[in-house]
Amino acid sequence: MTEAMITMSKIEKTYQSGDNVVHALNKIDLTIEAGAFVSIVGPSGSGKSTLMNMIGCLDKPDSGQYMLGGSHIDKLKDRELAEIRNHKIGFIFQNFNLLGKLTAAENVELPLLYRGVKTKERHARALECLSMVGLAERARHQPNQLSGGQQQRVAIARALAGEPQILLADEPTGALDSKTSEEIMNLLIKLNQNGRTIILITHDLNVARKAKRTVSIRDGKLQEGEHI
Amino acid sequence: MNLVTSIKMAIRNILGNKMRSFLTMLGIIIGVSSVIALLAIGQGSSKSVSDSVNSLGTNLITVTITNTDTHFTMDNLNQVSQATGVKSVAPVLSGRSTLRNGSTSSQVSVTGTTSGYQSIRNLTVKEGRFVSALDEKFRQKVVVLGSDLATTLFENQSPINKTVLIDGERYTVVGVLNSKGGSMGQSSDDAAFLPFSTAQRLMKTTYLTQFYAQAENQNSVNWAMAGISRVMSQTYSDSDDYSVVNQQDVMDAMSSVTGTMTMLLAGIAGISLIVGGIGIMNIMLVSVTERTREIGIRKAIGARRRDIMLQFLLEAAVLSMLGGLCGVGIGIAASELYASIVGGTVVYSISVMASAFLFSAVVGIVFGVFPAYKASKLNPIEALRTE
Repeated sequence: MTEAMITMSKIEKTYQSGDNVVHALNKIDLTIEAGAFVSIVGPSGSGKSTLMNMIGCLDKPDSGQYMLGGSHIDKLKDRELAEIRNHKIGFIFQNFNLLGKLTAAENVELPLLYRGVKTKERHARALECLSMVGLAERARHQPNQLSGGQQQRVAIARALAGEPQILLADEPTGALDSKTSEEIMNLLIKLNQNGRTIILITHDLNVARKAKRTVSIRDGKLQEGEHI
Repeated sequence: MNLVTSIKMAIRNILGNKMRSFLTMLGIIIGVSSVIALLAIGQGSSKSVSDSVNSLGTNLITVTITNTDTHFTMDNLNQVSQATGVKSVAPVLSGRSTLRNGSTSSQVSVTGTTSGYQSIRNLTVKEGRFVSALDEKFRQKVVVLGSDLATTLFENQSPINKTVLIDGERYTVVGVLNSKGGSMGQSSDDAAFLPFSTAQRLMKTTYLTQFYAQAENQNSVNWAMAGISRVMSQTYSDSDDYSVVNQQDVMDAMSSVTGTMTMLLAGIAGISLIVGGIGIMNIMLVSVTERTREIGIRKAIGARRRDIMLQFLLEAAVLSMLGGLCGVGIGIAASELYASIVGGTVVYSISVMASAFLFSAVVGIVFGVFPAYKASKLNPIEALRTE
């Protein structure tokens, strides 16, 4: 049996929306093993984004327990959460979220910068990650000189740079055409085959089906399998 | 996070928005350059004044009589010369007259005095001699010329034993003084000196309104001043009728004036620096709002609050220090321009430049704190959601 990378038990998160209390996450239990490729599907407003923020350590639960690679996330301070994000999680966003003023290589270096890695080592690592996604020759380009697919690949390289335990992809193909989406998904599948844990959040079942396991979220509740 | 990389990043952000950065720095530039230029000019002029005051010698005492109803004569002056601590005295009878040599003429200050004047005022003779006791006794029509005046009237020729016309009367030139430079509007270079008795006749007056006294040495100045006052009080009952001033008093008054001026200038410049700092804060706040998404991305990637704080703080500090550096440069350029156009002396002080620069850096950091704090407090989830 493989070890559990993520263990969530009875996670709750509520928001006040006007007079209504919204249960964004309602007693969620979720276990994800190391090396898994899990997709989380759900319509908008289902609590999908909240769950992703929770897994990504951007948000803290109101109650419940969250263990990530041996750390009790629900008990950590902001500063420690930042360190967890830096070391254990690689974010891939729908709209790439690259910094426009930096080159591709510099974007990839960012997670290492906040870790205090030396300049030379950072450069080497950035190039290594860019060649992993097949963009080594574009290292000096700025994001606006790259196509959408290339930008997303730079973002994936950035997510890989810090050697995180989890790649957390939020609608990674949402802003791409079907052909580039395919390329990106193949890249993620390949990364998973190399042993990386990938969590994919999407509303697109065709994308979700590429994952080994699918869980559905609706009205803040989680179910195994596709239930849309 | 690596400091050098952060500074590079800050510089890049500043250069990425040149016009805005320049306008933001302008307040600091104006502040720093005005401090440097104004203080350089101020210190320059106070230095030239104190130099010329010093050149008169520090044991010089100037007595000015303001009461013209009771006449002060040479007899009174002889009493003063007997006062304790007084080495010598010299009367000063001054007026303005036109000196003419052929077709060249010049209107200058003419001083009637005795031979003691030369040593009291530290004057040296280039050619010939100063007025003597014999000239005084026999009311000789002789004149000693200042160096500039000699050049004006006689060009390169030696004026000794030549004659000049003073208000139409013929005087023989017996000496020319060495150049001494200006002293508070009264330059001995552009003046003529006559025997006291001759000058009395020229100016048609018999009494004195001013005389110089020399103390025996620097330590006896106060003693001599007390002695002079005692003698003066025998003639004048009201101490407001005369004033006894030594060079140190003049210097002190001067330095207190320049001190106040300096404080005022520094205050004004400080205010403009603070206004510049507010400009920086304003722009940094705008920048934080504009870059909310960037802050969100950086936080998601693992930037801690202090990383974000440092980033914006450094940007504000670099911006203001850049402004400070430009200000130092422009300040020096402006002072040089002043010196070359007006011809005044300027004195640069490293400490003024360093403190103006440091103050600009402090202003940047102080006014950068609030925007940086605001940036660091942003919630990454909301920041990422911003378009």
